[in-house]
Amino acid sequence: MFNQTQLDAIDTAILTNLIESGLEYVIFMDMAGNTIAKHNNGKTHLDSTAFAALAAGNFAAVDAMAKLVGESEFSLLFHKGEKSSIHFSKVNEDTLLISMFNKDISLGLVRLKVAETVKEINHILADK
Amino acid sequence: MALINVKTKEVQIKIVYYGPGRGGKTTNLEYINKKYRDQIKTEMVSLKTQDDRTLFFDFLPFDVGQIKGFDITIQLYTVPGQVKYNATRRLVLRGVDGIVFVADVQKEQRRKNIESLNQLYENLETYSIDLFKMPIVMQYNKTDLKNSGIEILPTQVLQKDLNSVLRAPAFEASALSGGNVIPTLKKIISLTLSSIQDQLF
Repeated sequence: MFNQTQLDAIDTAILTNLIESGLEYVIFMDMAGNTIAKHNNGKTHLDSTAFAALAAGNFAAVDAMAKLVGESEFSLLFHKGEKSSIHFSKVNEDTLLISMFNKDISLGLVRLKVAETVKEINHILADK
Repeated sequence: MALINVKTKEVQIKIVYYGPGRGGKTTNLEYINKKYRDQIKTEMVSLKTQDDRTLFFDFLPFDVGQIKGFDITIQLYTVPGQVKYNATRRLVLRGVDGIVFVADVQKEQRRKNIESLNQLYENLETYSIDLFKMPIVMQYNKTDLKNSGIEILPTQVLQKDLNSVLRAPAFEASALSGGNVIPTLKKIISLTLSSIQDQLF
């Protein structure tokens, strides 16, 4: 369970690193499909509950496929759409960070910003 | 494990309907979705094959109000029942807080019920979860079939096969018409909530 200080710090990390960089929607969630924190740019609407359940299923399925081919994990999981794309990133054994972004922002920048945020969240979670 | 968010004052609970193929797990969720349509804010999500069999899971979230100042959201999932989908069944069980085991009362399904329950035990073990410590409700579904002359297993036999050691609350049900679907749901919600109550303080 996360405490109030951790949740506040996670919110700040997502908002400053990701939403302010132009990402549309970010969900920090556990592998069971429960949303821990979610933020958007104020313009994007989404059924985030169903989305988190599907994202957890999708990530778990890909992770299981990785194991079947002898990989410990596939480090890049990314779905590209015409207008919106989704980037998945494992934060630790129990949590995931899902980022949605449009074509105004490059995948490279998203990966960079997500990597920074993942590092920051792990740091926050280590400080109990 | 239930997700308790102290900041947003939300609790998310995951309940999984488990059981052999064509046992009525999806039908349970469909009935709940229809019955409580006004209280459910989102659409039910079903990942199914072309012939309407569950491929990955069905998903139905709904709010049940507040407990101790926390908004409680129940997330119902089903697993695919077909034997070949065990890998995906196991994935759906991740983070489960409560289980409804939907058994098929048809006499010819006896062995499949037992095999499915045994596999549930094994699948939970992969997450270091002990089935005997998990909130669980048994549902003996399709009791209405006896009216069509189909041979069904007496409840005592099902209890002996599936519930002699677990001793979980059990309901005879007919999910298609909604018989005992809601009592099953209420029971698993109350068992699950009492199991996580200690974590709320």
